[in-house]
Amino acid sequence: MSTFLGMPTVRPQPSRPPRDPLRWGASFPHAAHETLADGQLRANLRTATRTIRDKRRRVTAELDDWEQLRDAGAAIKASAMARLPDLLTQLEESVTARGGVVHWARDAAEANEVVTGIVREAGAREVVKVKSMATQEIGLNEALAEAGIDAIETDLAERIVQLAGDQPSHILVPAIHRNREEIREIFTHRMGDAPEGLSSEPRELAMAARAHLRARFLRAEVAISGANMAIAETGTVAVVESEGNGRMCLTLPRLLVTVMGIEKVLPTARDLEVFLQLLPRSSTGERMNPYTSMWTGVTPGDGPQEFHLVLLDNGRTRALADELGRQALHCIRCSACLNVCPVYEHTGGHAYGSVYPGPIGAILTPQLLGVGEPGGPAGAHDPTGSLPFASTLCGACFDACPVKIDIPAALVHLRERSLHPPGPHAPSATDVSMRVAARVLSSGRALRWAGRAVALVGRLTGGRAIRWLPWPGSLWTRVRDAPVLPVRSLAAWWARRSLR
Amino acid sequence: MTAPSTARAEMLGRIRRALGQSRSVEVERHYHRTGALVAGSGEVLDLLAERLEDYRATVVRTDASAVPRVVADLLDVPSVAVPDGVPAPWLAELTAEVRRDEPALTHAELDDTAAVLTTCRVAIAETGTVVLDGGPGQGRRALTLLPDRHVVVVEADQVVHSVPDAIARLDVTRPLTWISGPSATSDVELVRVEGVHGPRDLRVVLVDG
Amino acid sequence: MRIAVFATCLVGTVAPRAATATVRLLERLGHTVDMPADQACCGQMHVNTGYGPEAMGVIRNHVRTFAPVLDGRWDAIVAPSGSCVGSIRHQQADVARRNGDDRLARTAEQVSARTYELSELLVDVLGVTDVGAWFPHTVTYHPTCHSLRVLRVGDRPRQLLEAVEGIELRELGEAEQCCGFGGTFSLKNSETSAAMVTDKADEVVATGAEVVAAGDWSCLLNISGALDRRRTGVRAAHLAEILASTRDEPWQGADL
Repeated sequence: MSTFLGMPTVRPQPSRPPRDPLRWGASFPHAAHETLADGQLRANLRTATRTIRDKRRRVTAELDDWEQLRDAGAAIKASAMARLPDLLTQLEESVTARGGVVHWARDAAEANEVVTGIVREAGAREVVKVKSMATQEIGLNEALAEAGIDAIETDLAERIVQLAGDQPSHILVPAIHRNREEIREIFTHRMGDAPEGLSSEPRELAMAARAHLRARFLRAEVAISGANMAIAETGTVAVVESEGNGRMCLTLPRLLVTVMGIEKVLPTARDLEVFLQLLPRSSTGERMNPYTSMWTGVTPGDGPQEFHLVLLDNGRTRALADELGRQALHCIRCSACLNVCPVYEHTGGHAYGSVYPGPIGAILTPQLLGVGEPGGPAGAHDPTGSLPFASTLCGACFDACPVKIDIPAALVHLRERSLHPPGPHAPSATDVSMRVAARVLSSGRALRWAGRAVALVGRLTGGRAIRWLPWPGSLWTRVRDAPVLPVRSLAAWWARRSLR
Repeated sequence: MTAPSTARAEMLGRIRRALGQSRSVEVERHYHRTGALVAGSGEVLDLLAERLEDYRATVVRTDASAVPRVVADLLDVPSVAVPDGVPAPWLAELTAEVRRDEPALTHAELDDTAAVLTTCRVAIAETGTVVLDGGPGQGRRALTLLPDRHVVVVEADQVVHSVPDAIARLDVTRPLTWISGPSATSDVELVRVEGVHGPRDLRVVLVDG
Repeated sequence: MRIAVFATCLVGTVAPRAATATVRLLERLGHTVDMPADQACCGQMHVNTGYGPEAMGVIRNHVRTFAPVLDGRWDAIVAPSGSCVGSIRHQQADVARRNGDDRLARTAEQVSARTYELSELLVDVLGVTDVGAWFPHTVTYHPTCHSLRVLRVGDRPRQLLEAVEGIELRELGEAEQCCGFGGTFSLKNSETSAAMVTDKADEVVATGAEVVAAGDWSCLLNISGALDRRRTGVRAAHLAEILASTRDEPWQGADL
């Protein structure tokens, strides 16, 4: 990586590459402290999330059966989860019958080993990649690099993130944290073949990426993709995209490897009619995304003549074991929940310390890593354990979710899991204060006394605003006044009124 | 090396244990299973044209007799790839050099071809989508990917109203490409830029009557 | 009707004005109002913070206090809070069941079926939108997340406000966006919460309204705290206070 005198260099975000793509950085509040201070980032996010959510609102309102589609989507997913062993074996049979090879991977290391093995066998030193959350999650690019294989991300935003040495900060638009000036900077210094005098116009940047990637598509021997869905009954795999980089990867190379989370399987081809309506409208806010590719095994004379499908667990079965939490596996990665989330809008994706940011990330990541399980991350100060607390439970995500994942309910449930790990553990200060609070709040008499005490303070402060409180009240008075307290308690008011 | 069969058995075992006694879930489909508009009707064609244009595709409506003229006008380029099964009369007035995929054109040759002319399998009015399934006149997928201009002829009876209408007509085991407008990206500050890797120029000939 | 008021723990201790207004409003409308002495809290704070098991005693006290509604002591229970009613309706029984108390869960369900948020009670149960209120101020209304998305009160508060004499309603920008309170979120994630309430306060100020109103004191505490810190002069009023205000007993904007 070269630096140029007099030119601002773009620093990677986060500054150190994470060892585990699902768990890096500080706890959410600490990580948010960093991102909240980035005014540029907040301005980017504000415009971006508002733009997408307005588009989404318009195109979902266009369909008078939108709610029925959501219901069907949720039911199909729940039903698929309940039949998962059968569907996966059926998918394996269908893919195999059509000339594909199916692999099973229990964790990230195993998936990376399988993929690396296939690429090595094919003798390729370079692979082109379609944007895929699953391969992000397992750190496949890094694993390939260790094996001397150069993995080239071909989605524009993923390429930006890759060249910048960043982590993605959004599921749909991973480079949402970068503005056009930074992207120009990244392309100019890191792309190697950026045109002279590249401007920061989005069209020019996109055309530079087109030229940069064209040669790589044409010479690619091997492509790696994820999958938006796979149909058990037929063995069909679908990838939904916009730029055409997906089509390039899925069509031109002679060998294709698809890494897919086990939760992506759908029972029948008919189910496509539901998800191909829910996904684009929720995701990019379009009636349909520019390109959707579907392939079934190998088609002689058309597209890759060797196809491998890697079925990935990597914590999914752990999530499946949680009856309430397992709905996180219904997620179709549309990112609508990110775009409507007021917390995400303010903190951005990197505060979540996982490739899965936002509300869905806050319930998915902790479950993939087994929050509150023996040996698993736990507690409100842990990077993963703090994620379920990174929400006001405002419910905007639940309303936006195309498959009706009750994210607020799952968050509450995971908070409980995070705070109640199995076995004996010393209670935290919060545990103790919450237990004391529970005693007071379980008794009308105790609460009346509390009311009287507050009113006493109210009389002493005489209607003046309290501008500073000691910790933890200081967390409140940082930007707010404490309320002007009443001078008479509710109980006293009621008692006098009842005497009338 | 890991033993693949071990991974498979262990994952299936984990899933079964995780599910425990979970009950099966009934799927009810109360959404519109068929579109309200009749396939091939004037209304459905109007809707398709409107939605395609909304996503910046060029739409030319014509009757069957004028297809050769319209196609020639839209293909004012040096070269055009033409897959098997495109009706011969459509090529009658072409001035462009016609490149057949027999023997198969190399990627470099396709990259060097200015345009491609195809039919389609089905078109969805509501979403402005044209679906190719590699059938007659559509060719293999690379053919409609590398040339920068894609001219696709859609016949009225191929146009359905909704996504479920299209799924009902499709065999998903064929290699499918759903195309809704030219390729696009919104990755830089969410500014939409049309034309990235796929054809930057999508022209749809809508044949009515 | 005989109506029991559940003040909620927050209003009961730091903002009695929302409860006293609820009482005065309902009495003015000709109803008999009770405020059961044993009431305390619905358990929401504990449940939402991840202390479900610890909330059992809180829930038990709430259900015990209001169970007489099942024997006809009252016809309905009302709380001046969308989020507490949301917790009563959607969490209490569930928490009880998961902590092995099915009987409590069943009673909680029955009690919750008779429990209403203020605008629900007025519009759906009592069938009034014009409560005869007088409130000669410019007001902007924050709809609050749980009223909107948990209880789905829809435009009921708006119907009530629009019927108030003298009021001038000002549209709040990004109204449906959360104010950043989120219970213990405001402490656990205080910086993010602060950024959110700053945006909300900006929107309120942009309306130029004298008063910011909401159906939940917790959100108001947050929003008005930020407004007061900035010395904007915008005052906070609970929906109940606006509806309780008349020419004879006009709004004071403070606790009695």
